[in-house]
Amino acid sequence: MNEVNKKVAVFRREHFNAAHRIFNPLWDDEKNAEVFGKCSNPHYHGHNYELVVKVTGVPDPETGYVIDLKVLSRITKEEVLERFDHRNLNLDTVFFKELNPTAEHIAMVIYELMRARIDPALDLQIRLYETDRNFVEYPA
Amino acid sequence: MVYLTRVEHFNAAHKLYNPGWSREKNEEVFGKCANENWHGHNYELYVTVKGDPNPDTGFLFDAKRLSGIIRERIIEKLDHKNLNIEVDFLQGKMCSTENLVVGIWRELAPYIPAEVRLHAIKLYETPRIYVEYLGE
Repeated sequence: MNEVNKKVAVFRREHFNAAHRIFNPLWDDEKNAEVFGKCSNPHYHGHNYELVVKVTGVPDPETGYVIDLKVLSRITKEEVLERFDHRNLNLDTVFFKELNPTAEHIAMVIYELMRARIDPALDLQIRLYETDRNFVEYPA
Repeated sequence: MVYLTRVEHFNAAHKLYNPGWSREKNEEVFGKCANENWHGHNYELYVTVKGDPNPDTGFLFDAKRLSGIIRERIIEKLDHKNLNIEVDFLQGKMCSTENLVVGIWRELAPYIPAEVRLHAIKLYETPRIYVEYLGE
């Protein structure tokens, strides 16, 4: 069997509930409202974020796993949920003190956090749902 | 009797924090939900009205018009807002989904058209947690 072509993608779904505000601090309130609409509400709003972590690789011949999904869940909880769940992304996290917490940026931050914990031989992709209708993937 | 439900949604920040308690007691009772700087949810709101279909239209009530009423009277007040700070009918109350659903009922009921009666408000805080209020 040609194992090089026998890659499998495995997925783990987690969720976190967080408050945020989308705005550019260099702009005035009017411009922020014009560009970001209600998402720039100064008192924050929130979402139930759904996170899908995709790991791709060749299944280990001994375990049959690309990655133990219990382990992937634990890593996701430690790296992402502990930091973001039931938090205010702008005020309670170091990552978004100056970075606008759009779904795009959140996905990129999550990717970097997870990438450091996942075997480099495995590919990683983050999909983040801000709502049922709006979701992002990184890397694209 | 036929029941018609319209589903709307709003995204909001809130926290569960009783100002009469210490921080320790709030964290003990509410856990992470007491986070000082709020957290948030995509709320899903189900508004159910009941009545008999109109013989001319076959409708209980035009669902698009019902959507307009819900958006004007409820969603405008809640969407992309901080429920603890910015919602008049929640001032002085705990921002639980239970209190929110009762508040939504009381705000909406006067604007439900005469052709139907408000039957139930169901509100999902997350896909796994929802509350219902039947006006009792």
